[in-house]
Amino acid sequence: MQHKKTSWMVVGLAMLVGLIGAAPGLAQNEIFIPLLVYRTGPYAPSGIPIANGYTDYLKLLNTRDGGVNGVKITWEECETQYDTKLGVECYEKLKNQGPTGAVLVNPYSTGITYQLIPKAPVDKIPIHSMGYGRTATADGRVFAWTFNFPTTYWSQVSAFVRYVGEQEGGIDKLKGKKIALVYHNSPYGKEPIPTLELLAKQYGFELTLLAVDHPGQEQKATWLQIRRSQPNWIFLWGWGVMNQVSIKEAAAINYPMDHLIGAWWSGSEADVVPAGEGAKGYRSGNFHGVGTDFPLHAAILKQVYNGDQAAAKANNFGEVLYNRGLINAVYDTEAIRTAMAKFGNKPLTGEQVRWGFEHFDLMEARLKELGLAGFTRPIKVSCEDHEGNGPVFIQQWDGKQWQKLTDWISPMREVVRPQLEQAATDYAKENNLTPRNCASES
Amino acid sequence: MLYREAGQFKESYRKDQAIFPVMQDRVCVVALLVVASVVVPLVANEYWLQAILIPFLISSLAALGLNLLTGYAGQVSLGTGGFMAVGAYTAYKMTTAFPALNILLIFLLSGLVAAAIGLVFGIPSLRIKGLYLAVATLAAQFFLMWLFNRVAWFYNYNPSGTITAPPRTFLGLMVTGPEATATIRYLVALTFVVVFALVAKNLVRSEIGRTWMAIRDMDVAAEIIGIRPLTTKLTAFAVSSFYCGVAGALVLFLYLGSVETLAFDINVSFQVLFMIIIGGLGSILGSIIGAAFITIVPIFLTNAPRVIGLAVPVDLSKNIEAIIFGGLILFFLIVEPQGLARLWQIGKEKLRRWPFPY
Amino acid sequence: MALDNSLAVLIAPFVDMASAPIFFAEVVVGGFIAGVMYAMVALGFVLIFKASGVFNFAQGVMVLFAALTLVGLMEHGLPVWLALVITTAVMIILAFAIERVVLRPLVNQPPFTLLMATIGLTFFLEGFGELVWGSNVKKLNLGLPEAPVDVGGMLLNQFDLLAAFTAATLVAVLAFLSQKTSLGRALRAVADDHQAATAVGISLQTIWVTVWSVAGIVALVGGIMWGAKSGVQFSLSLIALKALPVLILGGLTSIPGAIVGGLIIGVGEKIAEVYWGPLVGGAIENWFAYMLAMVFLLFRPQGLFGEEIIERV
Repeated sequence: MQHKKTSWMVVGLAMLVGLIGAAPGLAQNEIFIPLLVYRTGPYAPSGIPIANGYTDYLKLLNTRDGGVNGVKITWEECETQYDTKLGVECYEKLKNQGPTGAVLVNPYSTGITYQLIPKAPVDKIPIHSMGYGRTATADGRVFAWTFNFPTTYWSQVSAFVRYVGEQEGGIDKLKGKKIALVYHNSPYGKEPIPTLELLAKQYGFELTLLAVDHPGQEQKATWLQIRRSQPNWIFLWGWGVMNQVSIKEAAAINYPMDHLIGAWWSGSEADVVPAGEGAKGYRSGNFHGVGTDFPLHAAILKQVYNGDQAAAKANNFGEVLYNRGLINAVYDTEAIRTAMAKFGNKPLTGEQVRWGFEHFDLMEARLKELGLAGFTRPIKVSCEDHEGNGPVFIQQWDGKQWQKLTDWISPMREVVRPQLEQAATDYAKENNLTPRNCASES
Repeated sequence: MLYREAGQFKESYRKDQAIFPVMQDRVCVVALLVVASVVVPLVANEYWLQAILIPFLISSLAALGLNLLTGYAGQVSLGTGGFMAVGAYTAYKMTTAFPALNILLIFLLSGLVAAAIGLVFGIPSLRIKGLYLAVATLAAQFFLMWLFNRVAWFYNYNPSGTITAPPRTFLGLMVTGPEATATIRYLVALTFVVVFALVAKNLVRSEIGRTWMAIRDMDVAAEIIGIRPLTTKLTAFAVSSFYCGVAGALVLFLYLGSVETLAFDINVSFQVLFMIIIGGLGSILGSIIGAAFITIVPIFLTNAPRVIGLAVPVDLSKNIEAIIFGGLILFFLIVEPQGLARLWQIGKEKLRRWPFPY
Repeated sequence: MALDNSLAVLIAPFVDMASAPIFFAEVVVGGFIAGVMYAMVALGFVLIFKASGVFNFAQGVMVLFAALTLVGLMEHGLPVWLALVITTAVMIILAFAIERVVLRPLVNQPPFTLLMATIGLTFFLEGFGELVWGSNVKKLNLGLPEAPVDVGGMLLNQFDLLAAFTAATLVAVLAFLSQKTSLGRALRAVADDHQAATAVGISLQTIWVTVWSVAGIVALVGGIMWGAKSGVQFSLSLIALKALPVLILGGLTSIPGAIVGGLIIGVGEKIAEVYWGPLVGGAIENWFAYMLAMVFLLFRPQGLFGEEIIERV
């Protein structure tokens, strides 16, 4: 019994120690970025490469350039397992860390993003939900503190329709064709539906909506329905295990893989793993470059991995989601740089970085300097437009790696933007917010 | 050990039937409440309030509800998440439709709606028993999840399918919405938990509670002596769902601010069940202790390496935390299979006799 | 208007079924296959509940753990057969460990306590499995054929058929073991009354270790079947949720019940989703399975083949 009592004591002490909370930050010449990651749990296969890409770029900046304009970037990873409640805990724990607090946050989860959007103006920490989150935040007049550039789900799906139209020989040839949307039964999966319904009416294609219940481990019924209706094109809007199973089931019913187009969260190396050879030809959307053929990657390989290819590969170097984390870090640090141009090369506050985001203007020349020529398109963010109307391209899985298949496809801004503004206005009305007047601000 | 419990003679039945008949106990409880409502908001920072105390309070409310159903009435239910979702979505619809209505009243009304839904889904309990009933209540859970995902009316046709708590005030103070401070929200949650815990304690000491316990222990015998299983079981479901509905509304308005159906999925149902089992079935204090264990211990385990100063990679830390958490559950169950509340009781017993062994 | 709607719900799906009989057959076959896969996971639950009266919440994680171990070993270069042998050994060692650490200290405790103990075990195995084998998706390649074959107009997957065959064999073997061998008799004795069984000389320890080992092996087979479809990853442990309606429909203590329940749930689910799903927006599979099981329970509260619950006053 004695040793049981002592083990009690040890456990109790450990818990008491954990009680004490966050350690105080030391005032230094640094900028702190909290990293909400998911390296464990059901979405770890997607979360690990993103986190690696993001941290590798920050490591490169710190070691090669001494930070951004001489100010080092510090970060701390916090494990959310893609769970909203853990995300709250991570955010609250890290938001006041560093000399000026957290300067920005990348929630990397729809649930966490929605939860943080109302908090951002109160905590004065801008949110960068790059290509995910609440699409309506593209309207900066209502959502001053949330940015989702370079592009959003609604833009992505309109680009898909444009691409499919091209493939059919012209967008007017879409009339009478069948497009099916296999989507994850969650707000994320339902994002493209209003836009698709609008476009279906506009261009006359027949839209079938097939919901897959979370987590999507068993999808026979969905793919039987696909077999029956034989759509010409399928858009896949999945996440996590749903992706792997969908692609495998599509291969199992002999559906032509090159007519299956996944959203950019359904098009990574992890998603095609179980289907293997059967996934050859599968396509997905993307908004940044694939592979390692860029000067920036060479720099990271040299600086961060000392040329060790194997170690880099083990850290998902060059994978689709690694590159996504990478470009996210590039955007964030460039926004900090933009803010520094106005406020000085010192540890900035969240409010100043928000200004940096809103005046973000990544030009071709700068992309070349960064070693990313051709990786993404130039992006300009403004007070009204937090999306930047970024273009999308289609990539294809050739059995071994993802390859860029098409050139940049512009989204249908004339369809998407009015919808966006309507959604933002509805939100403002419901929450008693007055939209900003962009003309009166500088 | 600190005070003698004997020698306090009561002069009226009312005094004798008090929840805390010993005066020192009452003083301790009042002191605890004073600390919780005055000292904690002054001392705790926002992280503590927002990420630890508010979820703990809301979970203890849900655990209270489930304990009434499972611990006292013996009906195992895994539909807790679904009933919490009913509360949250109802509160959202009501407050967006009637913005002028007092938000606390709306919480109670949404609890009533959840109670009605709980009543409906409790009907199978008249025929199905035990573990089979648990799995049958999962039908409620999954159906309600599907309903709130599918019917756009529930989230006001907004394209994202997520509901956001609009800002509301009470007595001039901002209670919900992004402007509401963590302190105010914590105090509102604390008030709800204290009041509802008191109500629950009185319910289980009353006739209703006794009929529940009779049904739990021997339902055939209970029926023979005149307790109607229909009304008893349905009452249990209704009251339990009321508690869960209010807890769900509090999750939306006081804790997360924005929810999708995933916030109330099957994991929530399982978690609340874990809370009452580890805390102690059939014990009001047990629900609260169990909620504390399940919500707070993982946070301690996650932050322990950070505070000690060990730089552990997050995935390693999370995995070790899962291992330790599982180990702790097994440990506490082996030490006291009837739950932590029983451990507390035994502790009190030992303290009464200390330093004597018997 | 109301007549239109009721026609749409009541008549149209049946017309649909009749007008495309081959497709209907395909849906039914698909349902059978899915059901059999659910039954494989449900079997683990049934075995353990039968023998130790414990509802093993950790069964889903055991499926994941077994699959992770197998794939992890194969990734380290071991040939398939050796990996299978070692994984089986690991599951047996796990059974020993569980019996010693979880079951023995908690003997004779109420069922909720045992359930909670298996929940603690779930957390432990989740963390441990991910710690040792990592969180990435792993491909499970056993060299089994995966291409679809055309059978009379229906497209059937070779792998699915193999899975169905394996599950059927497994059930047959287990049912035979349970009914005809002395081990099976001992199992049924222990399930009936622990103390009486010890009184006649049956060692509870041996039975429990045996049962948990067999459940572990069943979990391994389930893990292989499901892991081949989605890659071996964390979500594999969520399959247990799909197996629950099968369990309650078939009865928590019946091995053939698991298969029959699985078939009914599988077919019911698929037919509902394909023919009625589109009318209400889809994704009704999950709750429909539970509703179906519940309807059966209302007529037979102990499941189709479960032991009658006899209450003594």
